Amino acid sequence: MRTLRGSRRRAPDAAPPEAGQRHEDAFVIRTLTKVYGEGTAAVRALRGIDLTLPDGELTVLLGPSGSGKSTLLNILGGIDTATDGEVLFRGVALTGASQRELTRYRRAHVGFVFQFYNLMPSLTALENVELVAEIAPHPVDPMEALALVGLEGRADHFPSELSGGEQQRVAIARAVAKNPTVLFCDEPTGALDSRTGTEVLAVLQDLNERLGTTTLIITHAAATAAMADRVVTFADGRVGSVACNEDKARARELSW
Amino acid sequence: MIRLLPVLDRKLLRDLWRLRGQVLAIAFVIAAGSALLVMSTSTYAALDATKRAYYERTRFADVFAPVTRAPVGLIERLRRIDGVTAAEGRISAFGRVDLPGAPPISARLVSYDASAAAPLNGVTLSAGRMIAPGRSSEILLLDAFARATGLGPGDDITVTADGQRETFRIVGTAYSPEFIFAMAPGEFVSNDARFAVIWASREALEAAFDLDGAFNDALLTLSRDADLLAVIETADRLLAPYGGAGAYAREDQTSDRYLTEDLEQLRVMDRIMTPLFLGVSAFLLNVVIGRLVQTEREEIGLLKAFGRSGGEVGWHYLKFALAVAVLGGVLGWLGGLYLGARVSALYSSVYHFPFLLYDPPVRALGTSILAGVASAGIAAVLAVRAAAALPPAIAMRPPVPPDYGGRGSLPRWLDQPSRMVARRILRAPLKAALTIVGIGAAMSLTVMMGFNAAAVDEMVVRSFDIADRHDVGVTFTDPRGRAALFALGRIDGVQRVEGRRDVPVRFVNGTSERLGSITGLSGEAELSRALGADLRPLDMPAGGLVLSQSLARLLGAEAGDEITVDVRTGSRPSIALPVAATADALIGTPAYMDEGVLGRLLGEEGRVSGAVLMVDSARADAVTERLREAPIVLGVSLQSESLAELDRMLDEGPGLFRRIMMVVSIVIAVGVVYNSARIAFIERARDLASLRVLGFTSAEAGYVLLGELALLTVIALPVGGMMGVFLWIVVAQAVSTDLYSIPTVFDPRGFGVAALTVLISSVAAGLLVMCDVRRLDLVSALKVRE
Ligand SMILES: Nc1ncnc2c1ncn2[C@@H]1O[C@H](COP(=O)(O)OP(=O)(O)OP(=O)(O)O)[C@@H](O)[C@H]1O
Ligand SMILES: [Mg+2]
Repeated sequence: MRTLRGSRRRAPDAAPPEAGQRHEDAFVIRTLTKVYGEGTAAVRALRGIDLTLPDGELTVLLGPSGSGKSTLLNILGGIDTATDGEVLFRGVALTGASQRELTRYRRAHVGFVFQFYNLMPSLTALENVELVAEIAPHPVDPMEALALVGLEGRADHFPSELSGGEQQRVAIARAVAKNPTVLFCDEPTGALDSRTGTEVLAVLQDLNERLGTTTLIITHAAATAAMADRVVTFADGRVGSVACNEDKARARELSW
Repeated sequence: MIRLLPVLDRKLLRDLWRLRGQVLAIAFVIAAGSALLVMSTSTYAALDATKRAYYERTRFADVFAPVTRAPVGLIERLRRIDGVTAAEGRISAFGRVDLPGAPPISARLVSYDASAAAPLNGVTLSAGRMIAPGRSSEILLLDAFARATGLGPGDDITVTADGQRETFRIVGTAYSPEFIFAMAPGEFVSNDARFAVIWASREALEAAFDLDGAFNDALLTLSRDADLLAVIETADRLLAPYGGAGAYAREDQTSDRYLTEDLEQLRVMDRIMTPLFLGVSAFLLNVVIGRLVQTEREEIGLLKAFGRSGGEVGWHYLKFALAVAVLGGVLGWLGGLYLGARVSALYSSVYHFPFLLYDPPVRALGTSILAGVASAGIAAVLAVRAAAALPPAIAMRPPVPPDYGGRGSLPRWLDQPSRMVARRILRAPLKAALTIVGIGAAMSLTVMMGFNAAAVDEMVVRSFDIADRHDVGVTFTDPRGRAALFALGRIDGVQRVEGRRDVPVRFVNGTSERLGSITGLSGEAELSRALGADLRPLDMPAGGLVLSQSLARLLGAEAGDEITVDVRTGSRPSIALPVAATADALIGTPAYMDEGVLGRLLGEEGRVSGAVLMVDSARADAVTERLREAPIVLGVSLQSESLAELDRMLDEGPGLFRRIMMVVSIVIAVGVVYNSARIAFIERARDLASLRVLGFTSAEAGYVLLGELALLTVIALPVGGMMGVFLWIVVAQAVSTDLYSIPTVFDPRGFGVAALTVLISSVAAGLLVMCDVRRLDLVSALKVRE
């Protein structure tokens, strides 16, 4: 088991076997579309997205409800499939990959943090983290991952014994424990109050900076944009704007 | 159309559709239970009704009074006995039929007055015509015998009666209420081909048996309120001077006794098995529907949060349960109707009824739906009440996991998915126990039915391979000296001969009476023996009777008691005899005695009424041929035929019944296992989807679900086995009748079939659920709130 400290960049063997060389871009997205349903009931959730997400960056995705943010994130995370277009992860196409390949991709590279935590209620905080560490090729010591989110003292507690914010931090520790290449967070602070929310965001920012994990955060709190390297706004299934922050704010300074 | 319904009803329809797999599985469990109910109730009702109607239409006698020779004039006096509505005197005797190539067949010859307006024990023609008046060469043949031998109207048949050979012309074949089960003397298995019943004109039999103007068998019918015992007593008194052998009631008549016992067994099946099956399926429904409603906790909380009353919510789920129950009830009723009609038709042909009264059991439809509704409804009400009693906010949250107790107690080496399995079971041990008991209960029915089938086999094996090991049984026309045995022993191909003495008697112990016979066995008997409880041959005690346990039970006698034996032949002595021991006879109600002692008691020492032979199978035909030439032989029974016939009898009616119950038990087991798996899946769908999102493969995620099920199933196997053993102990006694004592043996195959059923259905259910796991919508699982 490798330790987090000092491994700012992941080891070369953590890269997918299909991708031999290092890529500057974690994701390259071309004319990506997603249509739910058919005929008159069809909903065009994504109407041709073109976007590039560089490796190691923290990107914040903003946009009104229903604009397609989650849809994009789910496709990038390999839990949903696109209708048309292309997604390259480090130069390898995710679109068109089989279920099995997508599972392998999620297993090796992807960390998820969801609005509703999705912890296993029958496992303790530590065990929830170990759950993922057990199947990851290059995991981090689960206890260390918990320490990273400041919950080492609650390792033996079950989710039902933790507050929402604490549960979300366990979820983050779980996502981090596999030492993921990319971390997807869909409204990670959605169920939390502003103060707890900033703590969670601070953890994410910290992880991004210390480990270089490419991070994508969906949020409704526009203020969050200040802590991102890159801010993408969504409107009606399209990318409205992409902005880069020269001067990132610290997450702990945010409030909404 | 769906838009016109109230919203909740739309939800109901969608829920029914969404859960259609389970709805069907539950409906099938209900259907299986109620099909059994409908089938067994209607089969018993049909056969019982048919029997009654048949007896009534043919004016089947209530009392039979055999006598040596009584003048026809005596009939009038019998008719005037208080309570007697009709009396008839007829001639009834045994003879022998010789068919080309077959060993001698014993025959019952009965006089029949075809011109009588309303004869007692009336026959029903199945082919041909009645005997024409004054035609003493014409006879009717029992339909079953005619079928078994291929004889029919127009054929001739040679009968030897009282030493004289005569050829008759068969003009018709007929059914008779008296010979629904036709049994040759000394036999305990009905074999249609080995016993002929021949109805001939009175003149023909008067001449053959030298009974001009006399009868030797009186038939009486009684009014409803008649005093049976008083009639029998009076008849005995009237007939005593003429050699009355003792009148007996219809229930002592061979055919009726067998029929009654058979029907009784059906009734026991109906009375014991059906509630058992219904009970088990009701219990399972309770578990299944209860858990199903529990998975809807959140919805229940929501509905209440929106202001629906607990009653409204409860009614909504009750309707769900009712819909499933009605579906199951109707399916079951239709299935039961079909099975009932088929089973009763089969039985009625085994019984040689000329017609069958099968009424669609309308009442059973109500009962079966009610049974389903009751079990499903109660379950739903209980579960909904529990959920609706919660404040909405709490109902919308998953139940707080109770303290896990030793949270650190799981061994370190357990991986996390296994921990999830273990925790789920440890967290809700009651739920796990319920699943185990549920699967076990379903399995126990199959175990029990397996034991039952094996026990029937065992009964046959014990009777034929251990107790009665002879190949050929010979009945003599009348008791003979030992010389007859030596003559048989000299036949080429006969390897061993043992004499038998069958003495017809009436056993009396206090108020208990029973017609039967005592079989005299010689000390060195090896072919035909009485077995003790340990299946070892019993030594015949020097001074007493050995009663079969079934007979001892009927008489309320045990070893050490003294009972009265009224001999019904020869000088008809009445003797008090001690019961020396009881024997483990499984078929019939025999009684045994030392041959020598029996002979001395009768004053006929050394006489035998028949013999059992062991025959070299290569020379069986030659032996048959020699037996045909021996005039002292009344009839011959072939053990192999009897065995085949018994197998057929047990297999056709009761066997089909058992097989249907076996199938029903399997349907229940499969339904329960599938439902358990599906519910576990629904309960865990979100966790499973989360696992998949985290990068677990379908198989790994499936392990968390199926691991739990597999563990519970494996634990359920011995539990189900034990429950099955327990059920069988309770039921084995009940399914035994006077004629068939079903031994309480525990055949490992019973476990095997049941365990295999549970395992196969578990694997199948597992595979089905794995498909669900594979199809899991990962995105939607993340949207739903925990
Ligand atoms: N399974 C589905 N079937 C049909 N339409 C869907 C489905 N999932 C999402 N949609 C539609 O796709 C569009 C985009 O949905 P998406 O969840 O990506 O929005 P979002 O930007 O994440 O919104 P929010 O901020 O509210 O989470 C919406 O119009 C939604 O209604
Ligand atoms: Mg969203």
